Amino acid sequence: MELTELYLQLFISFLKIGLFGFGGGYAMLPLIQREVVDIHGWISVNDFTDIVAISQTTPGPIAFNSATYIGYTAITEAGYSTGYGILGSAISTLAVSIPSLILMTLVCLFFFRLKNNPWLQSSLSVLKLTIIGLIASAALMLMNEHNFIDYKSWIIFTIIMIASIRKVDPILLIVLSGIAGLILY
Amino acid sequence: MNLAKQYLELFLVFFKIGAFTFGGGYAMIPLIRNEVVNKKKWLADNEFMDMLALAQSVPGPISLNTAIFVGNKRLGFKGSLFTGAGIILPSFIIILLIAIVFTQFKDNQVVERIFRGVRPAVVALIVAPLLGLGKSAGIKISNIWVPITVALLVWLLKISPVYIILFSAIFGILYFLFIKQKTKK
Repeated sequence: MELTELYLQLFISFLKIGLFGFGGGYAMLPLIQREVVDIHGWISVNDFTDIVAISQTTPGPIAFNSATYIGYTAITEAGYSTGYGILGSAISTLAVSIPSLILMTLVCLFFFRLKNNPWLQSSLSVLKLTIIGLIASAALMLMNEHNFIDYKSWIIFTIIMIASIRKVDPILLIVLSGIAGLILY
Repeated sequence: MNLAKQYLELFLVFFKIGAFTFGGGYAMIPLIRNEVVNKKKWLADNEFMDMLALAQSVPGPISLNTAIFVGNKRLGFKGSLFTGAGIILPSFIIILLIAIVFTQFKDNQVVERIFRGVRPAVVALIVAPLLGLGKSAGIKISNIWVPITVALLVWLLKISPVYIILFSAIFGILYFLFIKQKTKK
């Protein structure tokens, strides 16, 4: 594919992700997965899960991290060199940030009028429920045969979930699950 | 303090926040509060809480939205460009380096074994906070069908989250106009 066309596609996809990424974090995952895995096929489901893992262990929100990572790999996987990949990374990260910049600037202008607006409040109370559903769908979409290859996967899943509910540090849990993978497989 | 220094200070404070907010989202709120409210006194505590509510109601990562708000409040739109750049750059640099290095080792046997263990753990870390989030979003027996329906629509029917978010926002407004207004009268 033409390089400029690829850049444009990355820009539009991540602009869309930034614009509809209500709830931040995990709530944005179904949207990101749909754009980068299902529609454009820039990365596989496994790679997408790996990016989420990397996000959970490095600073910064998942939306930025996936924009930076996918911007780079989509370009380099298409056969272009590292320099073009870095530009793809920058374009995607910028694109995911633009909606926030515009909308938050507007919010600052109308701060006091928005604060107690009943329409906005009513919308937000429904969106809050929707966001929970989106996070659940992110988990369900990742519970596939690529990520859960056998019964050992389910054992790891169960142990990590219980530990996480008991507030064990997520970075530690990712490291431990990596060691478990090394031993078990 | 001259203007250039003030811009630099905005950039540096948010660069620091961006570099240390592992996991993103809600984990970083205490860190931002400490810098912006306690140390720099750029916002009063009640302003911070109001700002947080709005930052969560605008799409995009909460950390970026917060950075843009504070920058805008201090030095207008240009200020928000400096705080925005500050919060994005640390994770951009880290993830870009990981992307460049990781793509070389992706097909390595050892790396693949580690990630076989990590992938189910990633899903577990997404599922674990759902219970707590459900409570704070006000999920009850009467409205639990909303997140369940959303999850099923996105997961099984592959409906785009974009439509679901638009529909929820509009539904919230209509609900307010036709049901809450009438019950008031």
